[in-house]
Amino acid sequence: MDTKSIVYIALFAALTAALALFPPITLPGGVPITAQSLGVMLAGSLAGARRGGLAMALFLLLVAVGLPLLAGGRGGFGIFLGPSGGFLIAWPISAFFIGYTLAKTGTNNLLAMFAIIAFGGIVVMYSFGIPWMIFAAEMTFLKGLTVMMAYVPGDLIKAFIAAFVTQQVRKAYPSL
Amino acid sequence: MISIQNVSLTFGETNVLRSISLELSERRIAIIGANGSGKSSFARLLNGLVLPTEGDVQVDGLNTRDKGKDVRRKVGFVFQNPDNQIVFPIVEEDLAFGMKNLGFSKAEITRKTEETLRRYDMLELREHPAHLLSGGQKQLLAISGVLVMEPDYIVMDEPTTLLDLRNKRRIARAISALDQTVILATHDLDLIDGFDRVIGFEGGQICLDGTPADVIPKYKEMMA
Amino acid sequence: MLDLYVSGQSFLHRCPAGVKLLVLIAVGTVLFLFNSITPIAVATIFAITLYPMATLSLARAWAQVRPAIWILAILFLVQGLLVSWHIAVFIVLRFAALLLLAGLVTLTTRSSDMIDAITRGLHWLRPIGVNPGKVGLAISLALRFIPVLASVTRDVREAQQARGLERSLVATVIPVAVRMLKMADDISDAIDARGYRP
Repeated sequence: MDTKSIVYIALFAALTAALALFPPITLPGGVPITAQSLGVMLAGSLAGARRGGLAMALFLLLVAVGLPLLAGGRGGFGIFLGPSGGFLIAWPISAFFIGYTLAKTGTNNLLAMFAIIAFGGIVVMYSFGIPWMIFAAEMTFLKGLTVMMAYVPGDLIKAFIAAFVTQQVRKAYPSL
Repeated sequence: MISIQNVSLTFGETNVLRSISLELSERRIAIIGANGSGKSSFARLLNGLVLPTEGDVQVDGLNTRDKGKDVRRKVGFVFQNPDNQIVFPIVEEDLAFGMKNLGFSKAEITRKTEETLRRYDMLELREHPAHLLSGGQKQLLAISGVLVMEPDYIVMDEPTTLLDLRNKRRIARAISALDQTVILATHDLDLIDGFDRVIGFEGGQICLDGTPADVIPKYKEMMA
Repeated sequence: MLDLYVSGQSFLHRCPAGVKLLVLIAVGTVLFLFNSITPIAVATIFAITLYPMATLSLARAWAQVRPAIWILAILFLVQGLLVSWHIAVFIVLRFAALLLLAGLVTLTTRSSDMIDAITRGLHWLRPIGVNPGKVGLAISLALRFIPVLASVTRDVREAQQARGLERSLVATVIPVAVRMLKMADDISDAIDARGYRP
């Protein structure tokens, strides 16, 4: 791996950490939405499959060793064993999926990019997060799904932001 | 001596530099020119960070094309923004990085770290997080990171642009105290008063070349 | 540093980071093998008593569970109302035990020690192409850039605030991303310029 890839991996991990500084937006119903999963989407859409996936793996490694990098100053190994552990584990996979699919289709259409990012950031992410939650919390699949529905609107907004940001940044950086 | 033979540089469609030939042998050489004149790209050619599209750059007879590693050992590089040059979170870790890459022993690394930090009055900042340093201290750390690698030449790309007046002067003093050959690309004409040679760039070509007394007034006229 | 470590001299502080991690993974697995409430309750109480033994206050123990309290409350209600309160208590206790134990590891281990332990652990992954040296470099770079990007984010947010856009994620993220990509080019040049060979 070349120096530039190592730098990109470190920078997108750091960007995801910096996004925790953004105050959470509270949706109607009281579910707090943090900007942090935007970092996952952008890692995939801007850094690409391999670099983006590894950036998220690096971020999780830093969280696991106890750096308080998650929104609200959370960190430590316990996060992975908690109810939302599965979602975190899905971050690298989700970023990889987004990067891979965007590169494969080569699209620069806002709606197509939104669809890909939303699929990676919601469907891929939830398909790891919900099984862990229902296993660890002994729920049924349907209940797990219902609990998570509250987060879907926020994630859709973030996917749209990520698609828009990616399109704008690509204009400034055609070499990406 | 650094010799530049018939060098052209193109990025995509744009000609950044057009057939430049120079021999750099003076101790203090300044490169001046407006934004986009090609002076930054020229500086990057000198240690092989950028390879010429045509022509050759040789440092003491080593071609940057095939002896990149040896050239980088000889030619240190200081960037405009120290935040982009400091690689490690702690001051002494950052200084050790370059020396480790060159295979220095642990004892040597400790000795050189102390020697260099003492030189800039920063010894007590040894275990300090780099991001908490002031702008001037960061740039001195960036210069230190280059000095510990014992280069023969130091190329600097606008090292004072982001600094306030007091820190500018601090860096200017640090530059004039260096034993190495210095090649400095800058906008800051005060910085290059005592230099041996000043080269002016415009549109990717050399437009001026001579002593500061000779070149600076002409340059000011051009920019007016 | 920006880690959660609390300094001390207890046996947990002195225990090597790698050992603590392995024990945590083992205990975490074992907790899922029990189906009754008693062993889980014992584990939770044991985890709590370890805090004073590691010279950590009980407030610290509570702080490990607090961030998860809302999701735990939702799970408790969903399970309690729809299945049984017995199961609900069981689930919440199991999560509490896991969070408390993991918190112990985090609070008694410096992140630099943990990073060393993990990089040493990575040597086992060499055959599948993982280079521990590069992982180490990436870790250091990320730790270096988190404060840089945090301050870039703050700068940009202030600039946007002046224009009344402070709540706009888009108005913040685009300039931050653009500055970051510019940085990336310079930084990789700087690393190469300092003799690094990937």
